[in-house]
Amino acid sequence: QVENVKLLDRYASRKAASGTLYLTATHLIYVDASAEVRKETWILHHHISSVEKLPLTTAGYPLLIHCKNFHVAHFVIGQERDCHDVFTSLLKLSQPAKPEELYAFSYNPKMSKESREMGWKLIDLKLDYQRMGIPNDSWEITDINKDYEVCSTYPPEIVVPRAATKAVVMGSSRFRSRGRIPVLSYLYKENNAALCRCSQPLAGFSARCLEDEQMLQAIREANPGCPFMYVVDTRPKLNAMANRAAGKGYENEDNYENIRFKFIGIENIHVMRSSLQKLLEVCEMKSPSMSDFLTGLENSGWLRHIKAVMDAGVFLAKAVREERASVLVHCSDGWDRTAQVCSLASLLLDPFYRTFKGFMVLIEKEWIAMGHKFSHRCGHLDGDPKEVSPVFTQFVECVWQLMQQFPCSFEFSERFLLEIHDHVYSCQFGNFLGTCHRDREELRIFEKTHSLWPFLLQRKQELRNPLYRGFTAYKELQPNTLPFSFQFWCGMYNRFDKGMHPKQCVLDRLLSCLSHRLTLEDSAAQLENKLPVLDGPLPSKGCASPKAGAAAAKAPTPPQDCAEGAAPVLSNGPSLGHQKHKESSAQPRDL
Amino acid sequence: MEFAELIKTPRADNVVLHRPFHLAVEGTLCLTGHHLIFSSRRQDNAEELWLLHSNIDSIEKRFVGSLGTIVIKCKDLRIIQLDIPGMEECLNIASSIEALSTLDSVTLMYPFFYRPMFEVLEDGWSSFLLEQEFELLSSVTNEWRLSCVNKEFSVCPSYPPVVIVPKSIDDEALRKVALFRYGGRFPVLSYYHKKNGMAMMRSSQPLTGTNGRRCKEDEKLINATLRSGRRGFVIDTRPLTVAQQARAKGGGFEQEVHYPQWRRIHKYIERFHILQESFIKLVEACNDQSHNMDRWLSKLEASNWLTHIKELLTAACLAAQCIDREGASVLVHGSEGTDSTLQVTSLAQIILDPRCRTIRGFEALVVREWLQAGHPFQQRCAQSAYSNSKQKWEAPVFLLFLECVWQIHRQFPCSFEFNEHFLILLFEHAYASQFGTFLGNNESERAKLKLPQKTMSLWSWVNRPDELSRFQNPLYEANSLVIWPSVAPQSLQLWEGIFLRWNRPSRFLEEAEEERIHIIKYNKELQAKVNALRRQLAEMETDGEVQ
Repeated sequence: QVENVKLLDRYASRKAASGTLYLTATHLIYVDASAEVRKETWILHHHISSVEKLPLTTAGYPLLIHCKNFHVAHFVIGQERDCHDVFTSLLKLSQPAKPEELYAFSYNPKMSKESREMGWKLIDLKLDYQRMGIPNDSWEITDINKDYEVCSTYPPEIVVPRAATKAVVMGSSRFRSRGRIPVLSYLYKENNAALCRCSQPLAGFSARCLEDEQMLQAIREANPGCPFMYVVDTRPKLNAMANRAAGKGYENEDNYENIRFKFIGIENIHVMRSSLQKLLEVCEMKSPSMSDFLTGLENSGWLRHIKAVMDAGVFLAKAVREERASVLVHCSDGWDRTAQVCSLASLLLDPFYRTFKGFMVLIEKEWIAMGHKFSHRCGHLDGDPKEVSPVFTQFVECVWQLMQQFPCSFEFSERFLLEIHDHVYSCQFGNFLGTCHRDREELRIFEKTHSLWPFLLQRKQELRNPLYRGFTAYKELQPNTLPFSFQFWCGMYNRFDKGMHPKQCVLDRLLSCLSHRLTLEDSAAQLENKLPVLDGPLPSKGCASPKAGAAAAKAPTPPQDCAEGAAPVLSNGPSLGHQKHKESSAQPRDL
Repeated sequence: MEFAELIKTPRADNVVLHRPFHLAVEGTLCLTGHHLIFSSRRQDNAEELWLLHSNIDSIEKRFVGSLGTIVIKCKDLRIIQLDIPGMEECLNIASSIEALSTLDSVTLMYPFFYRPMFEVLEDGWSSFLLEQEFELLSSVTNEWRLSCVNKEFSVCPSYPPVVIVPKSIDDEALRKVALFRYGGRFPVLSYYHKKNGMAMMRSSQPLTGTNGRRCKEDEKLINATLRSGRRGFVIDTRPLTVAQQARAKGGGFEQEVHYPQWRRIHKYIERFHILQESFIKLVEACNDQSHNMDRWLSKLEASNWLTHIKELLTAACLAAQCIDREGASVLVHGSEGTDSTLQVTSLAQIILDPRCRTIRGFEALVVREWLQAGHPFQQRCAQSAYSNSKQKWEAPVFLLFLECVWQIHRQFPCSFEFNEHFLILLFEHAYASQFGTFLGNNESERAKLKLPQKTMSLWSWVNRPDELSRFQNPLYEANSLVIWPSVAPQSLQLWEGIFLRWNRPSRFLEEAEEERIHIIKYNKELQAKVNALRRQLAEMETDGEVQ
């Protein structure tokens, strides 16, 4: 506990808050003493990505904390000793060395063992394959990987073509980087075109593998409606070629029958990491001009990368839907870019994945089960900083960009995305710990931790999208990917700079309308029951049937208005004081 | 002049119309004196496109064999393409459109020929009289008076016949002040802040010249708005250097020696041709179909459009801040006082005055602060972003204002009675319209053209309940507070409703709007029903008691 700490607002024009800083086992808590209403700022230790001590100022010793959810907190601590103590504690707390120290292993929401176990069973990937009609004549779910002999980073059960024998699977696994053989990701039932994923082949300059070729043939033939299949390498061609020198690389079209090979240049994790870094620097600029901001946005390359991922997803969905062709996708290891584009294509093709449950399934399937290395990419533990990369963040942003273009096609709102994004880093739940299924089994997360999904489903009311038109309203999405269709996501990267956001929230307003609607419908039904003569049906479609035992009609409360009339003046730009100063310096010339 | 002389080929068959996001349609093209009309031949779904010639900003023609193609770029930023068989027909049609879309004389414009098909419930020409405005003002203060000094437009040709000025200043003084201000635009009341009695005035630059001329009446006039011992702010929309240079041409600014109670703040707002260039660049960027993100962002940046938006909002916030926070009166001017001045004063009112955020109030604001205040619409809106003429008086000054309102609207989506379509409507009609409202450059010209007698007012049409319902914001809840927008770059967005309107499919966004309307409307209906039922029940109960 440290008293007399100041929390600086990003905008110097406002007075800094003053209060007390507490460090608990899991959180840093700052309690603002200057405000009339008790205001608390909670920062989860796991969310902290960096702590910096800045040079001494007149106010004290500044400590700058950057969080993985893009919260930036600037504290000023009176005593150097305190500052240093907080600094070293946070360094230790924010990057635990051992997995057992992660929050999920101590998090105890007071829940029975049974409901905890039920929670882990909420998402059943087999059901999703069933939904696609698998198993069927062409595809089967096999437990060939139950001892992780095919691939240590795949789950025990995978979906492969029936025509692929065990020998073919094993043979192919020896020819694919880290044994990540081609497996099914999504089957488009309407035309049997399949979306499959794998890692790069160990082709080098000339190597080939008969079993791998047979594997691709089996995939192609599982879709009799199309004579060819696409093999998509999501890397830039140059990167893929460089990999050949290391005995890896890409498929030679001459060796595989009827494949159409294509590169889609999505950059690697290192480029993405530095792009995000640049973007965040732009977001943190103090009073940037429009030009500074737009130039910074351009130079960060962030939206260019987002567009590349989106373009790839659109390409896959189009190949499956319009050309009726199966597609095999890979990058290098097939757990970053491949996960992004496969999940995005599935989301474009299938409205189920745009529901709460479906989106959870999608993340479990394409990201968690298929071995996206959350632990490394999110830097959960003290480790190699070069392994950290915002791959999942980019996927989440692509979904958000789609929400902007198709506001009625998602069951959930932006808040659901932010919530998931927070928990990918929070380590509060077991889902995102470790790097692959095997890893999570060894960590015994299914016995020792809780699953995130039931907690989010409980909060469905606040996370839903009031504009959602239901499952059947939109089938496939065909987004516009011209550059102007992509917006900067202020709600993510400047999420904690409240002053920048709209001061009145349409989402809140509509949500409160929806919850108020139920009360009104109940009241109407009750009153109608009391009246001997019925007054006709409720005004329009979609009204719930009268509920028995409904609460007594309460006087309706008007929807919350979040207008903040007394809002501080300019969140940015020159303040009046500044102007005055300029003015006075100009005066002598006049006289 | 007969329009028929300009129409060599009044009709062409087998014309194909291409529009973005629509299938090409074949049909018949007809030219009339004021319209280009395209009607598809399909019986089932007869489709007609009516385009005002005055909406056409530029036209290009090209030929492949005997098939001619005309690309028409409109002032509302839409681009359509017509394939016309027959070289002669195509040439004739192209030259007719060119001639008809660039008529010199105002009196040949469509508003003089337009006969409304609707019943006029209220004549828009007299909907927003300054006298009514003054009546409202008189109910809260008696420090102001209505002056008819400009009755014959003799004191200031760009002012309306009546203006509101401090009560203590007589007409004789006003005449003297007019001689001291550029174009005779002496300081007049723009807005009175009821909350604290502070006033915002606007004018043009003072004609101090190099030798520091002064005008006691001018000083007295603006000092009349100050409380004793309090300071006021002059917001000059030019940078200091430009204001200083203006002295050489007889212009100038308020000097401290003569205006000791006033602090001058220079808040630079770009002028005409710079804005027009910015507009052209932005529209060019938005129409670029290349898939290169860096190119888009750098073009967006290079257009500087959003920079102008940010500067303008900042200046408006500053003016509003002086009034509401500092409790000071404000005088706003630039050089002529007909462009940036009006942008600042009208936006400050959007921020300060809840009434300006209603439909009626916003119309009144546009009439008062733009039309009556003498913004030269005819000059500024003569051409839009596709024109090659590049006349120095063309500038999207009004569009910038509308966009700033949109930006504030986006940040306070529940505080405006009108929706985005209303702003887009005003943009369209400012550039091309069947109504006479935006014709002419000031009230004097409008009077000479006898617009109120000879043309229909936009307000007569738009204020009919049928039309009005299209422009209502379902989320609106009267908000009596001052609304301070954020001007951080992250808070400002490109106005897609204007600039990407024709470049992207709108279906999904329209459906979202329908959904929002439905949610709110359904709740309102339910609420009404519950209230009615309750009343009914209460009546029955009292009846029961009586029995």
